[in-house]
Parts: sequence; C-alpha cells; structure tokens
Amino acid sequence: MPKLKMPKSSPSIDMTPMVDLAFLLVTFFMLSASFRSPEPFEVSLPSSVTDKDIPKNALIVTVDKTGKIFFNVSNPEAKGEVLDNIASTYNIKFTEDERQEFQMMASFSCPVNKLKEYINSEAEIRKEAFPEGIPADTSEALTNELRYWIQFGDAAARNTGRTNFEEAKMKNASVKIDDFKPKYILRVDGDTEYSKAKKVIDVFRDLNLNNLNFITSMEIAPI
Amino acid sequence: MAEIAEGGDNGHGKKGKKRAKKGNPRIDMTPMVDLAFLLLTFFVLTSTFSKPKVMSLVYPAKLDKNDEVKQPEIKNAITFLLSKDKIYYYSGKFYGKDEPSPTGPTKLSETDFGPDGIRKLLAERNEFVLTEKLTLQNKLKSKEIDTLTYDKQLIDAKKDKKSLKVLIKTDDKAICKNFIDLIDELKIAEIGVVAPIDDDGFLEEEKELLKQKLK
Repeated sequence: MPKLKMPKSSPSIDMTPMVDLAFLLVTFFMLSASFRSPEPFEVSLPSSVTDKDIPKNALIVTVDKTGKIFFNVSNPEAKGEVLDNIASTYNIKFTEDERQEFQMMASFSCPVNKLKEYINSEAEIRKEAFPEGIPADTSEALTNELRYWIQFGDAAARNTGRTNFEEAKMKNASVKIDDFKPKYILRVDGDTEYSKAKKVIDVFRDLNLNNLNFITSMEIAPI
Repeated sequence: MAEIAEGGDNGHGKKGKKRAKKGNPRIDMTPMVDLAFLLLTFFVLTSTFSKPKVMSLVYPAKLDKNDEVKQPEIKNAITFLLSKDKIYYYSGKFYGKDEPSPTGPTKLSETDFGPDGIRKLLAERNEFVLTEKLTLQNKLKSKEIDTLTYDKQLIDAKKDKKSLKVLIKTDDKAICKNFIDLIDELKIAEIGVVAPIDDDGFLEEEKELLKQKLK
C-alpha cells in the first residue's frame, strides 16, 4: 500500500453554516433568557399542573427547609413604603442610601432590630451572618414581625396597585382593578414540614388574607 | 482552520491603488466563532427554561376561638389525613368507637400519590363533576355555549350537592411537598370545595388511628 500523504497546509473548512447555527442559538437563548435575581437561599419547589404565571404585584414569603422565613415585596416603590412604616413603628431611622439598598434587595430575612446591619452588610455574607429569619412565632404585638411586614406590605402594594391601575386605565379602559391588586405568594421548599409553613399561613389568615398562592414548578397535566 | 487567502500576487511589492480582489476572499472566522460559542454557552447555562408558576388555594376564614369546629354533615365528603409521605382517608362522617353508626366505627384506608392511588380514587368519587365537565367541553366544541357560560356552569357543577368535598388534615410530620401534591391532585380531579383544617380540628380518635397506622 502506498503511504498516505499528509496535507502540508492545514485544510480550511467552511465554517459558515456552523457560525449561522451558533448565532441562531445565541439569539434564541438571549431572547428567551430571563435573569433570576439572586436570592439568598435555595428552595427546591414542588411541582403542580397549574399554568398561572406569577403575578407582578405580590408579597412573597419564602420558607426554606429549616423553617427560616424570608419576605419580599415585588414592587420597589411599595417596598420603600413598607420600610417607612416599619421604621416608624419600631422607631428606627434609615438613611436614604439604606432605603435605596433595601428597595433593590432580594428577599431578606432578619429581625427588625438587625435590619440596619443587614442592609449595610455584603450580600454574600447575609445568609451566614443572619440565621434567625423573620420572627413569626408569637402572636403578641410587635414581636410577631412577619405580621407587620405583611400588613404594611399589603397596604403599600394596594396603593401602588391602585396608582398603576389609574395609569393603565388612561391608556386602556378595559383593564380590571383585580389584576392590579396584590397577590400573596408562598414559596415553600418541598421538604419543609407543613407545620412550619402553617405558621406563615396562619399569619396571613389572621390578617384575613385567605387566598394564597403556592409557587410551584410546572408539571405536565395528565390527559 | 479558515484563513485569509492572499489574493494573487499583490501581497507585497506594489504600492498605490490596490486592485479589487477577484473571487471570494476568505475571512478568518475563528475569533467570531469563539465569541459566538462563548455567548452560547453562557446563555445555555444561565437561562431557566420553565418559569415557576403559582397554584392558588383559598383557605377558609379563621373562626373565633369560641366557635365549635363542626364535623361535616355532608354525605359525599372525603377526609384526608396527611403524614410524611403517607396519605390516609375516610369518607363521610367520622364515627368513634362508641358512637352508634350504620357501618361501625370509621377505619382509615391508605392510598398513595401514584396514578392508581389517589388520582383514581378521586376520579371515581368525583365522577359527577368530571362527566359534567366532559359534556360541557363537548358543548363548547360544538359552539352551543361560549367560554363564559362554560366557566360559570363548571363552577356551578363543582358547587353542586353531588360533587365531592374534601377536607385535609395534616399532622406535624407532613411536609409541604405532600400537601401541594394533594392539592394538585384535587385540581386535576376538578374538586371545588377544599378545606385545609387547623390542628385543633384534628380529632383525638383520628390521631390515635393515624398513630396506629404509622406504626
């Protein structure tokens, strides 16, 4: 057999189709990507067959595996208002910078008396530095902090919802006020004991907010 | 790899006006491809495909502490007792050991979250609503009714006396996944009336029966 001659110069390949495909995929993923805001905890969601999207105006309470409670208001304006209310209830003063940082923050989890410290610390260490979560144990006034967060959050979210509704109504008369009302969202880890989640549910129910939404990942419905 | 082909002999020497090259000039696409794949990898890894969804559940309004918790008197009710990864149920009213009852004291039956377990059970018990839904769907397809009437009639069917009502009691070991799975099954079975019961709604005898089962 004759020896195979190796080509001396490197052979050139037509990469155009590959590049086309690569850019097509890049475009697809770029357009379909939605960035998650970094949350300071991990929650593995249970799945369900519902197909309702997460509402825009919402109060979100997260319960992680250990029963630690996190709170968030999805609308930044409402979130600022909540902080003002909390500040006056608990007699804490926040600077404008702290207020802004709070508005930008993801779900937070600390007692009110450590909130100032929490806001001023680096986002990475918050999880380790503040293991307590939001207290919700007792039903006594001022110690059941979650109750205050939810109460103020609800009032603030209602206000911003109403303003947004007025604005939307100017452009389009067919909008409904119900779509702008705040929704109450529970994000529980699948492995959390139900009794721990129930504490949060009870706080909502004490405030007469009975229509709760559980966040779940999607599952295909059986036919 | 792709390379720039030097067109003809004008690579060096001749100065002044360059002549337009003939033929297809080759461009080195390597850096572009590198970049494209880098971006591709980045977006593939960071994108989340399925957005999380919400499942709504209306809790019954809280009763005053003075109010007595009443057992459901309705015939076609089913009560689920939930413990960690275990699910038990009994239908109708709860009869204790000493209570007079038509069928003797209530016993708990076990079921599971598989398709042959709870889903089948609920589909059988809630046949009325499911058949109603099917006829309504057919009517909707043949355009006898519009979507608004469809929604309204489906809600009416769910509220009907013949439809199944569900009570859920959870013990302290039950985890959220079980609870949400159960609610999910109830949604699949089109059950309209769902009531998660507070801890104090857990009867002593129910607790004992559950304990015996869990052993």
